[in-house]
Amino acid sequence: MAEFLSLRDAVARYVKPGARVALEGFTHLIPFAAGHEIIRQRLNDLTLIRMTPDLVYDQMIGCGVAAKLVFSWGGNPGVGSLHRLRDAVEHDWPRPLAIEEHSHAAMAHAYAAGAAGMPCAIFRGYLGSDLPRVNPNIKTVVCPFSGDTLAAVPALRMDVTIVHAQKADRDGNVFIGGIVGVQKEAVLAARHAVVTVEEIVDDLGTAGTNAVVLPGWSVDAIVLAPGGARPSYAHGYYTRDNAFYTAWDAIARDRDAFRRWIDANVMTAPSGVTACAP
Amino acid sequence: MRPVSHTASEMMTIAASRALANDDICFVGIGLPSAACNLARLTHAPRLRLLYESGTVDTRPTVLPLSIGDGELCETALSTVPVVEMFQYWLQGGRVTVGFLGGAQVDRFGNLNSTVVGPYERPKVRLPGSGGATEIAAHCRRIFIVMRHGARAFVSRLDFMTSLGHGPTGRERRALGLGTEGPALIVTDLCTMQPDPETCEFEVASLHPGVTAEQVREQTSWPLRFRSSIEETPAPRQEELDALRDLIARTRRAHGERDINE
Repeated sequence: MAEFLSLRDAVARYVKPGARVALEGFTHLIPFAAGHEIIRQRLNDLTLIRMTPDLVYDQMIGCGVAAKLVFSWGGNPGVGSLHRLRDAVEHDWPRPLAIEEHSHAAMAHAYAAGAAGMPCAIFRGYLGSDLPRVNPNIKTVVCPFSGDTLAAVPALRMDVTIVHAQKADRDGNVFIGGIVGVQKEAVLAARHAVVTVEEIVDDLGTAGTNAVVLPGWSVDAIVLAPGGARPSYAHGYYTRDNAFYTAWDAIARDRDAFRRWIDANVMTAPSGVTACAP
Repeated sequence: MRPVSHTASEMMTIAASRALANDDICFVGIGLPSAACNLARLTHAPRLRLLYESGTVDTRPTVLPLSIGDGELCETALSTVPVVEMFQYWLQGGRVTVGFLGGAQVDRFGNLNSTVVGPYERPKVRLPGSGGATEIAAHCRRIFIVMRHGARAFVSRLDFMTSLGHGPTGRERRALGLGTEGPALIVTDLCTMQPDPETCEFEVASLHPGVTAEQVREQTSWPLRFRSSIEETPAPRQEELDALRDLIARTRRAHGERDINE
């Protein structure tokens, strides 16, 4: 059953050094405030899992919290590279980063398999691609009925998944609307789930809607973190800060500029407040 | 008729948009493909259905999205489905007629690299990776590719095969038993290319107005073939240019002046 915790307490309780952690949200509702709290608590050796690492993992990787990254598209959408991710992969800075690389279809299926309690995900994928050559976790199975050769990847399972949502009610039930991404699957595939929210309300207003609703008994902690997805967005609350995504390119290109930005906007910021001014 | 003045980028986007039909259901990559697909919807193909991997179905954005999951795509969509469902039912289920892709490198058989330049373990340039591309390339009925021409992009041999076209020798796709056609068109800022029906090797089908065969050869790293009956790509019509320039201007205002078509 969900407890209401501060961001500092939720991260301290559920994110341990060396843990397998997913911060999900497909462009929308990316849990930046939680990522910054992980940086502030100087957690390390994490395996970070996320389809699109985005700026939040670029920041975390640049601060050295991760030993490994599991991902399927590592760019700054519409802008270009994630320079901190590239610096880690190309030059081991600030530390070597192991990568396990998939396609979107594979990771989406693998989250669903994790949520469903399956050992692996089976799908029609990776045909003719070089990815199976460089990722030993991509294998094939033969369908016992049709004889078709299908791709298989291990189910994704996390020690903790953190997502950001629009709102929770006082029983800890969670509402996610708009682009719902893979958040439901990522939450249900994790041992523990922490949800940061824009607001806590008396009535979720979910009667008859088809939005993603997570019952309070399927998550561990609710954290009130208004603006916690900035500079990504929270549908109905604020829009994506596209100018910041563009400005990030210059900040992240340079190690010193990056360190200065982290010091000024993350290390000295109060917990739960997401800074995004360039 | 007096020719209308236009840039090479505009010619590329307009030529790519013309390839889409009114009854197509199109899986859209971000960047150049997104501009071409939305231009088609705003000109000759108003019923064209656009799907983005963030889960938006039949979306009709007023401005081009910067990311594949901008709120604009959801607000203007008929429906928004979970990402798992998008890949499982809609893409893998075989519902999509055209996948529109770009990449960092393409070879003569329409195979695409969006993963690394140089060796995978020690890349010279680490690119974003597959995203949806690997399975989009496999499961859409046909693939259209839009890329800027250049010798480092149009290569004899890919550094990494992210997404299968017709295969390293042009025969592997058929051998894998895929029921989909694979790459059917490449549009660049210099020309359009189509595969030879037998060998699956891409050949220049039309040169954009003012472009010479020599220019295209210089910007292509493999010995390039030309169709016997090579045509000139029809120049942009005024209404196509107006629609594209309006779309780009609206997009610039919405995103703070950045030109998404560059």
